[in-house]
Amino acid sequence: MKMMKIAALLAASAVAAPVAAQDLHFPMLNYRTGPYAPGGIPFADGYQDYLTLINERDGGIGGLPIRTTECETAYNTERGVECYESVRGDNPLVIQPLSTGITYQLIPRVTADGIPLHTMGYGRTSAMEGETFPWVFNYPANYWDGASVAINHLLAQNDGSLDGKKIVLVYHNSAYGREPIRTLEILSERLGFEFLPIAVDHPGQEQGSQWLQIRRERPDYVLMWGWGVMNAVAIQEAANIRFPMDHFIGIWWSGSENDVLPVGAGADGYTALTFHGVGTDYPVYSDIQEYVVGRGLAAGAGDQIGSAVYSRGLYAAMLAVEAARTAQELAGHAQITPAEMRAGMEALSISEERLTELGLPGFSAPFDVSCQNHGGSGAAMLQQWDADTQSWSLISDWIEADRELIGELAAEDASVFAQENNITPGCL
Amino acid sequence: MLYREAGDFKTSYASDNQTFPIRFDRAAYWVAIAAAFLVVPMVLGDYWANSIVIPFLIYVIAALGLNILIGYTGLLSLGTAAFMAVGAYATFKLTTAFPGMPIYIVFLLSGLVTSAVGVLFGLPSLKIKGFYLAVATLAAQFFLIWLFTRVEWFYNYSPTGQISMPERSMFGVIITGASASSTAVYFTCLIFTVAMAWLARNLTRGTMGRTWMAIRDMDIAAEIIGVNPLIAKLSSFAVSSFFVGVAGALTFGVYLGAAEAGEAFSINKSFLVLFMVIIGGLGSILGSFLGAAFLVVLPVLLKLMLVDGFGWPADLARHLEVMIIGALIIVVLIVEPHGMAALWRTIKEKLRLWPFPH
Amino acid sequence: MSDTVLFALEAGLNGLTVGIMYSLVALGFVLIFKASGIFNFAQGVMALFAALTLVGFQTGQVPFSHLINAIFGAHVSDFGFTMPAFLAIILTVVVMVLLALLIERLVLKHLVNQEPIILFMATIGLAYFLEGLGDIMWGAEVKRLDVGIPQGMSSWVDETTYNLFGYGFYIDTLSLWALLIAAVLVTGLVVFSQYTKQGRALRAVADDHQAALSVGISLRFIWVLTWSIAGIVALVAGIMWGSKSGVQFSLSLIALKALPVLILGGFTSIPGAIVGGLLIGVGEKLFDFFMQPVIGGATENWFAYMLALVFLLFRPQGLFGERIIERV
Repeated sequence: MKMMKIAALLAASAVAAPVAAQDLHFPMLNYRTGPYAPGGIPFADGYQDYLTLINERDGGIGGLPIRTTECETAYNTERGVECYESVRGDNPLVIQPLSTGITYQLIPRVTADGIPLHTMGYGRTSAMEGETFPWVFNYPANYWDGASVAINHLLAQNDGSLDGKKIVLVYHNSAYGREPIRTLEILSERLGFEFLPIAVDHPGQEQGSQWLQIRRERPDYVLMWGWGVMNAVAIQEAANIRFPMDHFIGIWWSGSENDVLPVGAGADGYTALTFHGVGTDYPVYSDIQEYVVGRGLAAGAGDQIGSAVYSRGLYAAMLAVEAARTAQELAGHAQITPAEMRAGMEALSISEERLTELGLPGFSAPFDVSCQNHGGSGAAMLQQWDADTQSWSLISDWIEADRELIGELAAEDASVFAQENNITPGCL
Repeated sequence: MLYREAGDFKTSYASDNQTFPIRFDRAAYWVAIAAAFLVVPMVLGDYWANSIVIPFLIYVIAALGLNILIGYTGLLSLGTAAFMAVGAYATFKLTTAFPGMPIYIVFLLSGLVTSAVGVLFGLPSLKIKGFYLAVATLAAQFFLIWLFTRVEWFYNYSPTGQISMPERSMFGVIITGASASSTAVYFTCLIFTVAMAWLARNLTRGTMGRTWMAIRDMDIAAEIIGVNPLIAKLSSFAVSSFFVGVAGALTFGVYLGAAEAGEAFSINKSFLVLFMVIIGGLGSILGSFLGAAFLVVLPVLLKLMLVDGFGWPADLARHLEVMIIGALIIVVLIVEPHGMAALWRTIKEKLRLWPFPH
Repeated sequence: MSDTVLFALEAGLNGLTVGIMYSLVALGFVLIFKASGIFNFAQGVMALFAALTLVGFQTGQVPFSHLINAIFGAHVSDFGFTMPAFLAIILTVVVMVLLALLIERLVLKHLVNQEPIILFMATIGLAYFLEGLGDIMWGAEVKRLDVGIPQGMSSWVDETTYNLFGYGFYIDTLSLWALLIAAVLVTGLVVFSQYTKQGRALRAVADDHQAALSVGISLRFIWVLTWSIAGIVALVAGIMWGSKSGVQFSLSLIALKALPVLILGGFTSIPGAIVGGLLIGVGEKLFDFFMQPVIGGATENWFAYMLALVFLLFRPQGLFGERIIERV
């Protein structure tokens, strides 16, 4: 009986595999379940809603409809591999794994298979070195940019000098959380501030000793690289010890509604980095209301529209669509292959005019991707939480990262990778 | 009809002691081996290889290892994933330190390293029993993972904290890395699985296995009849950890290709392997295979059925899948607490009499 | 007093209050283990499920709305009313009792006389099931839980200690409340088991199943009773931890923090759960305080287990556990 079922399913999947190629396939490796579901749901909704909008309003890209497939990873690396394997034969134009762990597994695989990988604001930082990682893109900003932007922001706040200040980094004790440490150490040497990293173990439900330590150390600023439940608990503890919230800056993955809402009024004034606009004051949202929500096509429960991570999903989809458009122009035909998509991503140019045309003025810092630089501009803004109106607002302009320093660090890491894997860097 | 003992006479002690005393079993075994080595590689697609068959084979090794500890020696362990991590990190350190070393040797050495670590964490078992020991093995789980995240030497001071498997080949065939063909990976896993299963089978029915089982059934009584509990328990930890370490090495080396201790070897993986052992059947080699198959194949099948078949949203399907797996575990335990292997034994008894039940 | 001593004292005091929070989770384990010999791994998920249900009632969510929407193409999400915390808590207690009843009917009844490990595995299966059920019923988003327990630095402690030592100690008001609630809970449990008929029956079963059966105590009733009580304890733990971090999946992981408390205190002792929690809480905070500069932080996860492990080597049955007597 069981064997029959397996056989039936095998047959079904074999029949389903060859699909008529008259569409553009954008697979989604989402995580709407598991420990990090609260972060995964809005991203997935934003990504899907934007693609639905393009289909409904414009009839797809270059006349070809977009086809999305969803695969649930639950933020689990093994399921991520399964998802990748299930879409890779189906002409996926770009893979967004939404997990640093899955990214590391996929980097060699996509390079061998020739499928572009876009890790936006996560993943392997040195992938910005396009000559070593031709198939991997991490524009517009990475973790080291984030660390540098935060310090540059603090520099501006303190009239250009952080000498003698004390900055604490509260981080998730994992590869992700440790990312900014090296950048911050170098910056602390250069700028003369005291730097103190404090680790929080997964999942971060209990951070008593960390915040006691912060209270004793009396730092001027606290940065946070947190994830999941750790964010909300940290913000709660910071509120408890009456740490000034506007001196507390989180990375973009610590800056969603899910992190501040459970804390209530105490979270008022908390700031976080972001590499895209927030809120619904962009013309594109009226289109989303009209073509997506109005037609009953909203993804998920439809209650995430306008949240910070929803905007990120929308931004990722927008960049993917723009890259596909560029690729179609370069290739001269609409039905592009993953390889042509890669060329499109490498030639991607996001300008202020284009953003205005898309109904997203000022949503992103303008940037150009090139063969050497897969990392975008590295610029980010600061958003601040208002507990009364329960909304984020942008409180700064675009702040540049110290790309000279980060380029150096990334080149170093990329050359180690190239050596280990016998890669001769160069443009494709 | 098929399953007959009549006429299958044993004329020597050797044949009386063989692994599969019944002719039909023997035939089935050889057919299965032949199919695994000759037929499967011909028909196996990349998707089925990478997302089902390879993880299945690796999990079989891990389940065999845990089964030696729990099923044969009666020592409950919840630290399996951490020992897999030891195997993975040992592979990474060995292969980056000695790039010329044949990769199969690296995998085996990783198993030995894990073995040593396992003995160290097995020491408390001399004093602690039952659930107390289970919780004590969690100390290994959390401590080792913390160590691998904390000490930069383990990941060669890489700023990313991730370990990635470089490309390695044996006899001119690429075994690890992304350019390895799924056939090469399949054969690697198959060879290890078959060899390990053979080893486990023969260890458990030899002197060593008997002392383990004596300890399991009642350790004080075993001690009185002359079984040295120190040697029995520690050897069980050593052998079990060796299996688990090789499974970890393969998970990192050929299956995932990159890993971070806290993510790839979290406590959930310990539970998963434990499930396989219990669902499959404690103290049964066949059970380890059945349990691993059940828990690797079932989620994928459910996903195919709910998402691709019924067109349900992926997240809803996943929630249902978790519920169904939970419920199935309970159902299996209610129907046959001794696992699928015991179910198979019952079927076998029936088959021997069929079609004349009296 | 020198600064180090003061800081260590502060860390220790915080450890005590956190320890009580661990004890709240551990209590549920002890209750069930004592009455039925089951190591209930689902206790953490039960806390999550209870907290989800509580928030769901409070905010008037429609249960299974996602499933309903997916099947019928509807767009329901909430009933449009909110409920006072008090009423929601009572309703949640009813749900937890129903859950206990179902668990007994569908699972435990069929597993009588099985080995402990089989029962343990069954509770892991149960944990998976409840995890999926909770998500399907109430959705996977983070939810804010507020039943009116105050949070934040306790000014009273701050001022008193400042006047005494010249350094204000930080204690979270929430953990002071946890202390109070734990005291009430333990007193309640003691009174219940000492002075009521059901409580005495419960102790009889814990003592000896067979003897209890032979004097006419219904084992199945007792099981429903213990699981209900454990469900209520889970609700309390869920409220306390949920107020801290919001209600989300990770709440179920607090079970892992309760396990070392259990081995330290012994599986069968309610005072053991409290003392074990306090020891673990103080131990991990002080260890972090003194060792953080040497080996780096984030040691809390494993330190508790190591402490328990070292402890076990000297006393294999835990602090208050029943003496293990082995015969051939």
